[in-house]
Amino acid sequence: MSATTATAAATTEDRSGAEVLLRALTEQGVEVIFGYPGGAVLPIYDALFQQNSIRHILVRHEQAAVHAAEGYARSTGRVGVVLVTSGPGATNAVTGLVDALMDSIPIICLTGQVPTHLIGNDAFQEADTTGITRPATKHNYLVKRSEDLAGVVHDAFYVARSGRPGPVVIDLPKDILIKPAPYTPAPSTPHRSYRPVTQPDPARILEAVQMLKRSARPVVYAGGGVINSGPEASRLLTEFVRMTGFPCTNTLMGLGAFPSSDPQFIGMLGMHGTYEANLVMHGCDVMLNMGARFDDRITGRLDAFSRGSKKIHADIDPSSINKNVKVDVPIVGDAGNILAAMIECWKQDDTPINKEAQTAWWRQIDLWRQKDCLAYVQEGKIIKPQHAVKRLFEITQEMGRETFISTEVGQHQMWAAQYFGFNKPNRWMTSGGLGTMGYGLPAAMGVQIAHPDALCIDIAGEASILMNIQEMGTLAQYRLPVKVFILNNEYMGMVRQWQELLHGSRYSESYSAALPDFVKLAESFHAKGLRATEADQLDDVIREMIAHPGPVIADICVDQKENVFPMIPSGAAHNEMILAAGQQGGVAGVTDEGKVLV
Amino acid sequence: MERTATIAVLVENEAGVLARVIGLFSGRGYNIESLTVAPVDETRRISRITVVTTGTEMTIEQIKAQLDRLVPVHKVSDLTLDGAHLQRELALIKVVGRGEHRVEALRLADAFRARVVDATPESFVFEMTGNAEKIDAFCALMKPLGLAELCRTGAVAIARGTRHIAA
Ligand SMILES: Cc1ncc(C[n+]2csc(CCOP(=O)(O)OP(=O)(O)O)c2C)c(N)n1
Ligand SMILES: [Mg+2]
Repeated sequence: MSATTATAAATTEDRSGAEVLLRALTEQGVEVIFGYPGGAVLPIYDALFQQNSIRHILVRHEQAAVHAAEGYARSTGRVGVVLVTSGPGATNAVTGLVDALMDSIPIICLTGQVPTHLIGNDAFQEADTTGITRPATKHNYLVKRSEDLAGVVHDAFYVARSGRPGPVVIDLPKDILIKPAPYTPAPSTPHRSYRPVTQPDPARILEAVQMLKRSARPVVYAGGGVINSGPEASRLLTEFVRMTGFPCTNTLMGLGAFPSSDPQFIGMLGMHGTYEANLVMHGCDVMLNMGARFDDRITGRLDAFSRGSKKIHADIDPSSINKNVKVDVPIVGDAGNILAAMIECWKQDDTPINKEAQTAWWRQIDLWRQKDCLAYVQEGKIIKPQHAVKRLFEITQEMGRETFISTEVGQHQMWAAQYFGFNKPNRWMTSGGLGTMGYGLPAAMGVQIAHPDALCIDIAGEASILMNIQEMGTLAQYRLPVKVFILNNEYMGMVRQWQELLHGSRYSESYSAALPDFVKLAESFHAKGLRATEADQLDDVIREMIAHPGPVIADICVDQKENVFPMIPSGAAHNEMILAAGQQGGVAGVTDEGKVLV
Repeated sequence: MERTATIAVLVENEAGVLARVIGLFSGRGYNIESLTVAPVDETRRISRITVVTTGTEMTIEQIKAQLDRLVPVHKVSDLTLDGAHLQRELALIKVVGRGEHRVEALRLADAFRARVVDATPESFVFEMTGNAEKIDAFCALMKPLGLAELCRTGAVAIARGTRHIAA
């Protein structure tokens, strides 16, 4: 968006819609597109062929294009861009779009469409893309007039990244791409209708700060909103937590917003959160929710959720406030702005701090910590999955390389969240809201494109990885040295765990039968295949995986019976947590009401 | 405790905007008692949607917040909460019959200030504006007198006095 682009933006009629589209993308700072061609988008591919400023990464499935763009966006803070054809190209992208919607990731998805005069005729590869993606996106557009094209692109980028970010679809009929279109630069005027509030109300800030200062048992509960606000917000969160001396817990989406190595970090909270984090949430008297959304994985049984606390909720999306949990102090705004204002207010305001009570609170927290809820025993030859993640973390720490972790969905995802420490934001990509198996490999691919020299590892399950395994081809084509670290328990472990705990150990269809040989599979995709079957091979395999300059699949054969603990069974309250396998009797009490919950 | 809310929504007059609003209600399981829409400002391309819904206070707050975050929505106003307002529906009511019933229908129409907008020897079409209860009451009376067909709009509503909403 340099000044030169803006002045050179005199309306020109001679360029095709496809060229105008690329020009608008360039003005928006786009450097990479993840895509897959087809008839309806051939004009765009033709225009891409004739320029050098935008790089196109050819994926092997449109769902993966969106996840790759998500990985790119989450690791850089920029908007990820996707290009797919009409009909099946667009429908294949839908899972990725919903994933980005649930996790508030800024994505632009360009979809091809049949020419305007054929729309509604059931033409070949026609789908009602705007209809299908309406509830799958933050917003979508169908460009019906050439003169709207450039403006729509600029509008879409603004919408995708403003307020609570999200995916935006632009549906592009083929005639619009071929016909000449005028170019218009990005407007400098505010949007006509969409202007989210980013600056908090100072009165609310003061109220929140005084409430926190007077508290006896405070907690800061931070989520993905802090990460989405940009690295400065994470820095401010850390400053705020340290100046207050409060305990801080992060959601799955918020990992890295506050350093996991900090003594004030009490771990992740929620269904598989730490004992101390969940009991702090249960027992606190003032809770500051910074950019999280009281999701059901966090609250457990709603009517038993932290009943004794006053709640402050800071969120950029007013619809997140008072949605699940009634709060006492709502603060609408951008997490970075809110934290900056709270830090200022904390310094200015002279409300005395309840030091004595807070010391007692920390004594209590330390007692909970002594439970050592994430302890596990690694003995004998069988590799414990927790140990595999812990060693992976420790070895990458030793090596000191910039490391980015993505995951698939299941037990391995939770172990990754529990045992891999994140000290910085934007280093952790996981499908939190939608829980999309098949997310991790393409996401890692997108991260690696944005950070060519970094170590990008997908911590995977053997079932999930098969959902987008074709992307091994993309890794090979672009020489992306992504490492796929499979915790292979030969089960859809998370399904097996629920069946064991809630359905009388009837393991219906959750065994991963007829698995491929992952070493040979890696080799057939021109990658390196490694395997560890015994505990004493683990470190060597991890080191070899990291040392190898190209893509690797490391098949780590782990204990097939291991479950994720702690666990708050669905429908239970925070203080009804199960800590370890021996304690599973506690689950017998899960009611049907609890069982209906996912 | 459930309540009814009449919500005015000023939106961009563009393709798909009604689908977004309706999709929001169906997707999130909110009730729509009635919904009306029409352009109100041609030069600025603004339409006004009036939606009548019911829910707990928390649900209605959610509905308003969810509406407000739709990209083409300019303004959301809870007329029920914001003070006194006027609410009207329009109904066209066809009554078919002869003799005594016909006379009685005409007499009641007059009492309710329903206008006769079409008449044949065997039928009337009455036009009526009013709040929902008034139309309900009139229709109930027409039922035994030969009510053959009923057509009504949803509610439109506006605040009393000088208060007004603008995009
Ligand atoms: C696309 C999709 N389908 C189904 C599920 C439901 N599901 C959640 S976890 C899981 C099992 C995952 O197995 P695996 O990848 O081996 O991971 P593990 O739990 O064994 O670590 C399934 C089927 C899902 N999350 N996503
Ligand atoms: Mg598995």
